[in-house]
Amino acid sequence: MTSSGNRSSGNSRRSVLKWGAQLAGGAATGLVLGRRFAAAQDYKGKVLNMLSWPGHGDPAMVGPFEEKYGVKVKVKEYVGGDQLLAIVNSTPPGTYDVILADAEVVEELVAANQIVQLNPNDYAFDQYWPQFQRFEPHWHDGKLYAVMLRFGYLGIAYNSKLLSPKDVESYKVLWDSKVKGKVGWFDWYLPSMGVLSLYLANRPPYDISNAAFDKLKSTLLSLKSQTGGYFQMADLFSSLSNEQVWLVPGIGDWVALLLEDQGHPIKAVVPNEGGLQWTESLSIARGAPNPELAREYIRFATSPDGQVRTATLKSYAAAIPNKEGWKLMAERMPQWADRLRLRTDQRNVMDEYKEGKIFIRKLPKQQSIEEWNEAWTKFKSA
Amino acid sequence: MSDLDTIQRAPAGSPGSELAQTGAPAGRGNPARWRAAIIWSMALFIWQCLFFLIPLGLLVAMTFWSVRNFRLSPDLTLRNWNHLFGESYFYVAYARTLTYSALASAIASALAFPCSYVLAYKVHTSTRRLVIFLLITPFFTSYLVRAYSWQIILADQGLINSLLSSLGIWRVPLLNTPVATIIGYLTLFFPLVILLQLVGLSGVDKDLIDAAHNLGAAPLRTTIEVVVPSAKVGLVLGATFAFIFAFGDFVSPAQLGGGKAPTLSILIIDTVKSASNWPMASAIALVMIVTLMVVMFSALSVAYGSRGRAGNG
Repeated sequence: MTSSGNRSSGNSRRSVLKWGAQLAGGAATGLVLGRRFAAAQDYKGKVLNMLSWPGHGDPAMVGPFEEKYGVKVKVKEYVGGDQLLAIVNSTPPGTYDVILADAEVVEELVAANQIVQLNPNDYAFDQYWPQFQRFEPHWHDGKLYAVMLRFGYLGIAYNSKLLSPKDVESYKVLWDSKVKGKVGWFDWYLPSMGVLSLYLANRPPYDISNAAFDKLKSTLLSLKSQTGGYFQMADLFSSLSNEQVWLVPGIGDWVALLLEDQGHPIKAVVPNEGGLQWTESLSIARGAPNPELAREYIRFATSPDGQVRTATLKSYAAAIPNKEGWKLMAERMPQWADRLRLRTDQRNVMDEYKEGKIFIRKLPKQQSIEEWNEAWTKFKSA
Repeated sequence: MSDLDTIQRAPAGSPGSELAQTGAPAGRGNPARWRAAIIWSMALFIWQCLFFLIPLGLLVAMTFWSVRNFRLSPDLTLRNWNHLFGESYFYVAYARTLTYSALASAIASALAFPCSYVLAYKVHTSTRRLVIFLLITPFFTSYLVRAYSWQIILADQGLINSLLSSLGIWRVPLLNTPVATIIGYLTLFFPLVILLQLVGLSGVDKDLIDAAHNLGAAPLRTTIEVVVPSAKVGLVLGATFAFIFAFGDFVSPAQLGGGKAPTLSILIIDTVKSASNWPMASAIALVMIVTLMVVMFSALSVAYGSRGRAGNG
């Protein structure tokens, strides 16, 4: 082989390598760009159907997600876990993509085969408080079915102009003569009877014997003469704000903060006997038309940015389980961080949890839902 | 003078005379007219079947079904009926609903009568038309909104109690009481009762009233013994509609009554809301339907039964 031939071969090899590198680089770039582009392109124009408590379709919450993916988030609202179960069980699979459910309802959704198993690696649980990284109601047979979105405590909401913090240290205040006719009730048996169960020292409050259940029923009936009324969500706010009722057991900050924003002296407290934790969680519905998009929504809602947005929903505010969300809120909305007690450098919502005063709200264990609901109906009719 | 008398005395050649001779109005025996009548009434028949009879049948069937895991199961069980009739709270709610409805109906009828009387006999036609228009305008707005607005007026810190307080009078609990519930009912149907009574009173022959006055009857006696019997149909229908509306309403007992004294409608909501017990709710609804049918037929027999003395001429 002559030297010129060698040079030609070398040039040829170099050219091939050069072209090959360019092609490979272009292909790699195209793949990367193509994958990013495809992510948004795949979902563009789609509609994500979500079933949730009121207020979660707020543009302040879903707007950034809609903009990022070029999609529309359509929300069907319900009030009460039982209503959610009724809706889910009576609509065909594929109607919804995402279901926002209370933690106690997740078990029912799993039993009814209405939600799918999730991959824990898809979600940033490492950013959560340790107590919520493996939240027991979301796991069944070692499999994950829901991701915690937000939570709050239920105790007593009261008018701080008419009652002092000392008055509401205990659920005993419900029987006090000075609140006769001024006790209101959120018209849902689960939290209302749950806090009374705590007052009767039932631990846990929903897994009680039939004898304890009978005691709970008679305790409930004894409050009839103290009762000012039974209210749905909208009436609850108006009844507290117009002082028709002075205190309502079984509710918490989710009512108090909203009324406080409107200038009403309403506060929430967890009495000495303890309080309940309500938890809202996100799941992917079985048969979801857009399961990947649903996963992305859950990832968005549980990200620090999504967590700040969901904590400060106009409908009702809540605490959030993502520590990074706490930090972001302290930077972006410090007043809200103070109001929601989401500060790591001072007493915060996790302290009551750690002190063992908080019990997860669950469905009744030893009695049926119908039995508890009937006890509630009899209380209302008494 | 009855219609039969009028017909029997009709001059020869008039349709009435033909009726007197043949016993049937002209054209009634015409098959073509019968066919047309049947065809045109089929629309109503089909509508009633589709939107009343079939749903009613489904409702009846559902009372024998059961619920498992929040899903309806088409069983054949008497469990719902046994449970319903075995619970005291059902009877309490039933008696309460009947009482509230009867009371609201009576109050609405009593309060509406002076208004409708004045409208029928004492005001100019143009004034009557204006008032009728004003009576209809509340129905332009949502009943729920109107009920909510009463909360502002009736609350302990509301308009009425604020006024009482400013006058040095003790505050009166109004909201979340049966009084507020009745006020809510009146909000729902009081204008309608006035209008129905007005229709009845407008149909009374004024000659009868004049005759009674000429014979020396005082105005009150004339009203009681001439006007009311003659306007019986309108008065009874007004009261009946008021009863029916109140019986089925849930807005006023819930929003203004505070839900403290549940009626049957609230019982239905409670049964469905937390336990999705549609079969039990259907049983309650069926009891309500039967009750209203009994009330309606009784009212119609009172309204169209023997005519009042003034009407027999």
